[in-house]
Amino acid sequence: MLLIACPYCGESRPEAEFRYGGEAHLARTPDSLDDDGWTGFLYARGNPKGLHFERWRHIHGCGRFFNAVRHTVTDKFVTTYPAGEGRPDLSSPEFAEKVAEASR
Amino acid sequence: MTEASPVLPPRADALAMIAAATPPLPAAELRTLDNECARFVFRGREAAIGPAGEACGVALPRARGAYGEVRNRRAIWLGPDEWLLIAAGEAPEGIAAAIEAATAGVPHSLVDVSHRQLCIEVSGPAAATVLAAGCPLDLSPAAFPVGTATRTVLAKAEIVLARTGPDVFHIEVWRSFSAYVWHYLDEARREFRAG
Ligand SMILES: [Zn+2]
Repeated sequence: MLLIACPYCGESRPEAEFRYGGEAHLARTPDSLDDDGWTGFLYARGNPKGLHFERWRHIHGCGRFFNAVRHTVTDKFVTTYPAGEGRPDLSSPEFAEKVAEASR
Repeated sequence: MTEASPVLPPRADALAMIAAATPPLPAAELRTLDNECARFVFRGREAAIGPAGEACGVALPRARGAYGEVRNRRAIWLGPDEWLLIAAGEAPEGIAAAIEAATAGVPHSLVDVSHRQLCIEVSGPAAATVLAAGCPLDLSPAAFPVGTATRTVLAKAEIVLARTGPDVFHIEVWRSFSAYVWHYLDEARREFRAG
């Protein structure tokens, strides 16, 4: 079972307590006001093979939504952070080792 | 004059009937606690947290893990702005009035969940092992010491689990899941039944 670090609980907890919440950082912009833009906002997702910014909810724990960076091939997490914070800069040195580990 | 249905007893009584029909097993004893408890879920931001704790008689803990307890009242951290308050043997009205008075004018929510859930106690030297059959948390004394409580899962039910003694756990569970949880734990402890 995966252990996921909840940023609100401050510890790693078993995956069974969490629920996946889809791609993170989807923003409604003026571009999404017409039909094509709205369709894209609602349905089009990145689905990358590699590092993915995504939402999780610690639904059977503290109940909070938060964001995470996970590698979609290895299923390893690089980091988790509270909802509302911007995307972490994965090119910064603090993540170098974790990104390499998650991609392995 | 109305008479209780002989076929379908109320759910709380159903669990009492199941409990009464369950033979004892000292390695991991199961029992339902006195469920005439007042229970609340309190949610609020900074300005409401202190006054609510004062009115409740137990300061609301500010971090995951340790629960607060003063006499029969217990405050369990559920989330950054969410607590479960339990007052054993009390009626909810007086506590609700006190907390409402203390938090008047400050945004918050206080929901009486006294009858939504009930408490099953698991106790004995094999209690943690039996719980581990359905709970994915590390229940070793180092990771989950006495005085710890958290919302988690037990098999397919959501529970609030508290360790009240080295070998004693309290499981707060919604009524409709209570028979399931009871049977699950009873099944899990079968290996400790002699002979
Ligand atoms: Zn959490």
